[in-house]
Amino acid sequence: MLIKNGYFGDFGGRFIPETLMNAVIELEKAYNHYKNDPEFVSELNSLLANYAGRPSILYYAEKMTRDLGGAKIYLKREDLNHTGSHKINNVLGQVLLAKKMGKTRVIAETGAGQHGVATATAAALMGMECVVFMGREDTVRQALNVYRMELLGAKVIAVDSGTATLKDAVNAAMREWAARIDDTHYCLGSVMGPHPFPTIVRDFQAVIGREIKEELQAIEGRLPDTVIACVGGGSNAIGSFYEFIGDKEVSLIGCEAAGKGIDTPQNAATIANGRTGVFHGMKSIFCQDAYGQIAPVYSISAGLDYPGIGPEHADLFKQGRAEYVPVTDEQAVDAFEYLSRTEGIIPAIESAHAIAYAMEYAKTLAKEKIIVVTVSGRGDKDVAAIARYRGLDIHE
Amino acid sequence: MNSIERIKNAFCKKAFIPFITGSDPDIETTERLIFTLAEAGADIIEIGIPFSDPVAEGPVIEAADERALKAGCTVDKLFDMVKKIRKDIKIPLLFMTYYNPIFGYGAERFVSRCVDSGIDGLIVPDLPFDERDELKIFTDKAEIALISLIAPTSGDRTPTIAAASEGFLYCVSSLGVTGTRDSLGNHAKAMIDRVKCVSDIPCAVGFGVSTPEAAVAAVSYADGVIIGSAIVKIVAKYGKESISHVKDFAESIVKIIN
Repeated sequence: MLIKNGYFGDFGGRFIPETLMNAVIELEKAYNHYKNDPEFVSELNSLLANYAGRPSILYYAEKMTRDLGGAKIYLKREDLNHTGSHKINNVLGQVLLAKKMGKTRVIAETGAGQHGVATATAAALMGMECVVFMGREDTVRQALNVYRMELLGAKVIAVDSGTATLKDAVNAAMREWAARIDDTHYCLGSVMGPHPFPTIVRDFQAVIGREIKEELQAIEGRLPDTVIACVGGGSNAIGSFYEFIGDKEVSLIGCEAAGKGIDTPQNAATIANGRTGVFHGMKSIFCQDAYGQIAPVYSISAGLDYPGIGPEHADLFKQGRAEYVPVTDEQAVDAFEYLSRTEGIIPAIESAHAIAYAMEYAKTLAKEKIIVVTVSGRGDKDVAAIARYRGLDIHE
Repeated sequence: MNSIERIKNAFCKKAFIPFITGSDPDIETTERLIFTLAEAGADIIEIGIPFSDPVAEGPVIEAADERALKAGCTVDKLFDMVKKIRKDIKIPLLFMTYYNPIFGYGAERFVSRCVDSGIDGLIVPDLPFDERDELKIFTDKAEIALISLIAPTSGDRTPTIAAASEGFLYCVSSLGVTGTRDSLGNHAKAMIDRVKCVSDIPCAVGFGVSTPEAAVAAVSYADGVIIGSAIVKIVAKYGKESISHVKDFAESIVKIIN
């Protein structure tokens, strides 16, 4: 009955209060049942196709490729999904699962607001009550998304504790779950937290990589040389990478938020600056001080402003299977503007971190090489913040 | 007698186990509070190591952790303080801490400093039974207690955890986080009845016991009562001047439960 499981190498596990243990065990059992249940699978596939708009397209960024003069660049357009990001893939799966488990209420944490909006959307669709926890700081940065969630019928609770950002929203959601596990499912938004969340979220996001493989096969008749995605907790990245982990010739690159630089105190580059620890239910890599106090982190991107990384990424890093690179605010904003001008695609500031690295990296590769970059979300939510970054006084 | 036996022996009568956050508002006040609580008749004292993100705590203890960290509290300073007062304090002293401060310090090094300073046991709320082996190998060797927790939601896990517990069993009386509640409901009693079927381990009830009346109700079925937020609230209100207020509160509890 008491089994230590849910590890990716040395990372993962479930480091949570006893109050929550049976809830995650129950969730694990339900997930293991429903993931093989033909009715569940077909309902989810139908939602993904007819509601979320999958498959998302794999777009050849020809102008960008020509302009940079290196490898061919394809963009996986998760920004075109319903609600504007990859978050809907996971949320449709989890809310459907919660409903099958007899829960009537879902709660979620959100950083940029994308996961909150996606959860509120799925809850509206499936008739569930929805409460979203969001750091006070982020409710200001992403005011429009707060209103969007409320429009969808969700209640948004601003969290004032700690740094009032994503990690504090997770703390608040975990506390709320501990108080109401009977009727409530915690719809975690990334590949983090206690087992089985990193596995469940990865499985629901793995559709991204499966589609990339099929689509590129149809267009180019081969595998990509490199897959690049941004990493906060790491859900769009693991979703993009997972299908290719066994294809050793495909290199996998995660782009983390270096904020004002990895040598400054203001960054969220976990792999660059963190070390192994235990937090938010998992053993993984975290930004922390010498005494194990979790560090306040910073990024222009609320979605990447998190002091840890999912345990499977920590393992891919340790194994040397994936590489993680830091990208600063300045580089990301430049890429945000570049992709808008060059391809007419405004990416989320999170995704712009991946675009920024791809821009540098493509130039170093020969023209016959192929890079796929996941555009995890659209940038409409970021326009006002980027304008302010450039010194314009624009507010939503 | 080793630490584990000393803790168990503290339950020869109904035990009062107060909790204070280490270094709230400063290390000197914590030191004085430990003496005060011991003199008032506490049977075991829990000292909380402040953490940046205490996910099992309610707002009262979370705010205390923030104050303590702001005051520059580190685990090294707490070890030094405990070592200094240890010879004058006869009752068992426990650290309550999240796992990352232990993990970050190095579990083996942390436990050896516990032994060196005279800490008798550890309570680690985010290290459930299933994951505790990586710490337990060191606490076993050092013969200090790693206190197990059970909750109303533990269900089938209860007998397994109870049978393998040592020192005492920390019974989380209600769902949610630490903090004061008006009543505890019937969860706690049912939970303890289940424990007593498989083990003679002393059971102490915590999470939500705040008044002398609630303490009396708790010890009607439990072997001891843990009171945290209600004391931390007094410290929050009076700061360095909280000693006499905490003394009055502690004495009222000790008097009424025995």
